[in-house]
Amino acid sequence: MASQPKPVSGVSTNGHHAHTNGGAPKISDRVPLEGLADTVGRATGEAVRLSQGLAMKGVMRAAKSLEKRLQADLDDRDPDYIRENLPLSWLMATIWYRAEVRNLSNVPEKGPVLLVGNHTGGNMSPETIFFTLAFSTYFGVERRFHQLAHNLVLASPLGPFLRRFGTVAASHDNALKALDAGAAVLVFPGGDWEVHRPSWQSSKIDFGGRRGFVRLALEKDVPIVPVVTIGGQETALWLDRGAWLAKLLRLDRTARLKVLPILIAPPWGLTVGDFLPRLPLPAKMTSEVLPAIHLREQFGEEPDIDEVYEYVTGAMQETLDGLAAERRFPVIG
Amino acid sequence: MRLSKSIVVSAPPQVVWDYLADLEKYTQFLSGVTRWDEEGGPETGLGARRRMLIRVGSAEVGGLIEMVEWDPPNDMAWSSVTGIDQRVRFRLRAAGSSSTRVELRYAYGVAGGGITGWISEHVSAPSLSKHLSLSLQQLKRLVESEKLRSAATERSGEPAEA
Repeated sequence: MASQPKPVSGVSTNGHHAHTNGGAPKISDRVPLEGLADTVGRATGEAVRLSQGLAMKGVMRAAKSLEKRLQADLDDRDPDYIRENLPLSWLMATIWYRAEVRNLSNVPEKGPVLLVGNHTGGNMSPETIFFTLAFSTYFGVERRFHQLAHNLVLASPLGPFLRRFGTVAASHDNALKALDAGAAVLVFPGGDWEVHRPSWQSSKIDFGGRRGFVRLALEKDVPIVPVVTIGGQETALWLDRGAWLAKLLRLDRTARLKVLPILIAPPWGLTVGDFLPRLPLPAKMTSEVLPAIHLREQFGEEPDIDEVYEYVTGAMQETLDGLAAERRFPVIG
Repeated sequence: MRLSKSIVVSAPPQVVWDYLADLEKYTQFLSGVTRWDEEGGPETGLGARRRMLIRVGSAEVGGLIEMVEWDPPNDMAWSSVTGIDQRVRFRLRAAGSSSTRVELRYAYGVAGGGITGWISEHVSAPSLSKHLSLSLQQLKRLVESEKLRSAATERSGEPAEA
């Protein structure tokens, strides 16, 4: 529908020529007014349609980009890129977190392996940074290593960089693909549930009963190597997971978010969600790698999933208790 | 980045060389080294390969190295094949009638360059420098004590142990 054009200089809107003098005709004199309204109306309509089209294209492009980010293209991992960026990771790990990874020699030298970690430090998850650094310098960037991360992490502006480090969206299928490729795969079964636990539960393994990693290891017949980390929960003060808030806002259904954490973190102070970039406190971080668990050797041909789950989490809890006992002060370590 | 440390060992160059030529002994004196595994090639000498890691800050860095220079009893050098770029040299020169000046040079560079690479190299330098000093002190102690032990064994008339 054509819209009513606004009056312009020298042109009336009632269809009559508006002569301001009797000399040479103005530009308006040469334009038939009857057609002008239609022309402007059509142009406006086109502009609206064009802008709608552009907006739709933008949305489609963003959706495609998001979809691409969430796909597990293992080839996105770029060893040269990792090598070139190790200095930055090393500086962060060494100066800021004074990070330490113990017993990396417990990871089998070759072949696919499922590294099972307890998740700490909120969406920034510093242990992923320094463990990737430690793994890459210990085994070399040539050894394939993938980390599974929540969709939201990959959808963030950091997503493209993380993909080059070997991060793929957390899903059973993506883990299978990575193990099939002979990679070492780092998973955090506790996911968002564990990573946003209150700071005073720092020394608690809490996978929330998620046993998918056991099924995964059995399906591909790969060893499980537990990786226990402490310190991440001291990089901010987590007050509550906010599971009730996530449920209230239906985020569990719309964004696969079981929690919406409430935390105090610089520079924002009290925050909800942990979505904004924040300055993590320089907490001393320590990871310890436990000996490999060969499920069928240790639990028989048909291992009981619950039994394996209890065994793995029990061993990790025992190690975490030991690491917690070493710490004298929060943050300082 | 190139670091260099030296020390005078009270033993002739050949004695020091004989000790250094046995790559199995490196874990006894190389400070900070967490891994020194044979990785193919000859056991010792030119072309010998080791997987070497040294703890620097939050990471164990290193990689596959290969002996690229073997000139007894003066110079030996290894260079990295994979991992961090490094070139390490032991330079042995006579210092007096029965002493040797041992110089340990460690040249390294991180991949990618840029500001973070430059900062990393400089931040890691003091720690690596300390490892070099400690390594030379331990080498001196081990070579001199082995020399004394050999001399004592000879005096007692028993064959010296390696």
